[in-house]
Amino acid sequence: MTTQALMPKTGIRYWPGRVLRGIGRFLKLMSRNKTGFAGFLIFIFFVLMTTVGTLFVPEVTKADINAIYAPPTWEHPLGNDSQGKDILSQIVHGGRDILQMALLTGIISTFIGVSLGSLSALIGGGFDAFLSMLADIWLTIPRFPLLAVLATLVKLDNMIYLALLLSVLSWAGLYRSIRAQVFSIKERDYIEAATALDLGMWHIIFSEVLPNMLSYIAISFTFGMTSAIYAQVGLVFLGLVPLTRNWGVMINLAWTQGAIFFKDSIYFIMAPVTAIALFQLSIVWMSRSLEEIFNPRLRTG
Amino acid sequence: MSSIAMSTQAVPQRKPLRYWIKRITSNYVVRMISRAIFTIWFVTSLIFFLVRLMPSNPIEVYINELMVQYSLPYAEARDQAASLFAIDLDAPLSKQYLDYMVQLLHGNLGESLRSPGTSVWEIIVAFLPWTLFSVGLGLLISFTLGVFIGMLLAYKRQALWEPVVSGTASVLSSIPNYIIGIVLLVFLGVYWGIIPIHQMRGSRSPGIQPGFTWVFIKDIFFHAAMPVLTYVLSTIGSWILSMKSSTIGTLGEDYVAVARARGLSEGRITTAYVGRNAMLPLITQLLISIGFVVGGSILIENIFVYQGIGYRLSSALTTRDYPLMQGIFLIITISVVLSNLVADFIYGWFDPRVRIAGGD
Repeated sequence: MTTQALMPKTGIRYWPGRVLRGIGRFLKLMSRNKTGFAGFLIFIFFVLMTTVGTLFVPEVTKADINAIYAPPTWEHPLGNDSQGKDILSQIVHGGRDILQMALLTGIISTFIGVSLGSLSALIGGGFDAFLSMLADIWLTIPRFPLLAVLATLVKLDNMIYLALLLSVLSWAGLYRSIRAQVFSIKERDYIEAATALDLGMWHIIFSEVLPNMLSYIAISFTFGMTSAIYAQVGLVFLGLVPLTRNWGVMINLAWTQGAIFFKDSIYFIMAPVTAIALFQLSIVWMSRSLEEIFNPRLRTG
Repeated sequence: MSSIAMSTQAVPQRKPLRYWIKRITSNYVVRMISRAIFTIWFVTSLIFFLVRLMPSNPIEVYINELMVQYSLPYAEARDQAASLFAIDLDAPLSKQYLDYMVQLLHGNLGESLRSPGTSVWEIIVAFLPWTLFSVGLGLLISFTLGVFIGMLLAYKRQALWEPVVSGTASVLSSIPNYIIGIVLLVFLGVYWGIIPIHQMRGSRSPGIQPGFTWVFIKDIFFHAAMPVLTYVLSTIGSWILSMKSSTIGTLGEDYVAVARARGLSEGRITTAYVGRNAMLPLITQLLISIGFVVGGSILIENIFVYQGIGYRLSSALTTRDYPLMQGIFLIITISVVLSNLVADFIYGWFDPRVRIAGGD
């Protein structure tokens, strides 16, 4: 009786400690790869900037004709744009959309890729042959033009639609790598044991196969994120997606107002450009550390 | 009686026929070509049904536009729309689909909505070559340079400059191509002003006659320079990194050690043994990147106002010129599929194993 009453208490007492230790272990593994760790730090910086940062930097909506293309000062560290608005504030507030959509697309596309890929490899036969053929065909269709054409047919003013569409369009690449991976895992003894025990398809996928593919999933997740950012910013740059307050919109504005032809506007165009480039880079670099964490064979030293 | 006679005659014929069908279907060339045709058919149908079945159907949108703009009665507006989209709106969808396919096979892609009287085909013929030229040149340069630098890095892993080059390659390969284009234009063209970006706009200077003249060739290279530079910079990073890791892998293979033991010259080992085998995985990558780069040309050509097919597509998109949009998308897909086909054949030539694999 006493032990039963104590058990949950100790669990609660040690709970923060265990989480902290978990984070510590994660950071230690992360920092094994220096590039990966740098990417991770930049990524965290962007996450903090777009969430907590928005509380500290007020959003500027008013134009100021006296400050058009004003160079950086202490008050406006990144200078002012073509309407005299503070650029830093726009950068801080313009990242959230991109970040959310990238995460959403990463999650949905990974889910589609993992389920289709593992189902295909485990079921095999005609289903597998059909899906692989479809994937081969799908991969040759130029994705960005298709997306641009679709953007004129469907109104993509909702972030979730865009994320869904992007995920559906990018299923084939992830599907192929997951399928190949499951095919190689399938042959191993523990899967044969699970099949012999008749544990069911979904149990095998999610408890036996999936944990052994975490590095692939992490990579495909980051890949889904980077291609989502590429596509979203590209569509916004072409003016095909009506979104407001985002780095792509900033580039588009700087572009359409002819601002890139004035030397003074360098901060206006370079601020969102640098943000997007750094953000993409941080995700790609971070994926290297993630790969090492989930795939211990890659760890060196 | 006669049926029995026929069936006895047919029996010996059936086996060779099936044998020949198998021979043909398992043939590498036939397989590749039929896949390419199937892909083109798939994309064509996809676009056809998307354009007609979407909630805000472009044909209806255009009919409404005509009715509002020219205050035409519905029937007349509908007739005009039908002639422009080159379809019979009263026919059932299946008949429309067949008609559309027959028209396509005759090379009829309809007329542009925004510049009436100009066929989509004419526009494509005028714009596509520039994209194929700039993208092709860009990929050729970056692939050759990337393979060379990648091999060099693999051989000189101990050199001090190795991490610098690898790092640059890794940065270049992760940044979106249009970001590279914008940075090039803003710094080289505007901030430092060392490149005359305004004169470089367009695919060639006005008034220059096409032909095999030095002036013309110099001019098209001058105009294509910035897009090509962007394609090179945005793709070279991944060639370098892939070639480096692929070469390192190949250097450890037994056949390289055997070649060394046989006393072959280092130059021959590098080119015929290491280089050729290390390049194999890159060719598959090249085929995937062709589609990506052609797709990205929409953005790159917009940045440099290079009048290729991507630039024309983006203006068709913003003006909602559906027949033109549809036609250009189809042509982009066909050119990507065809270049993939060529790349597949090159791959088969490089690696004879693929030609037989999958046949059984």
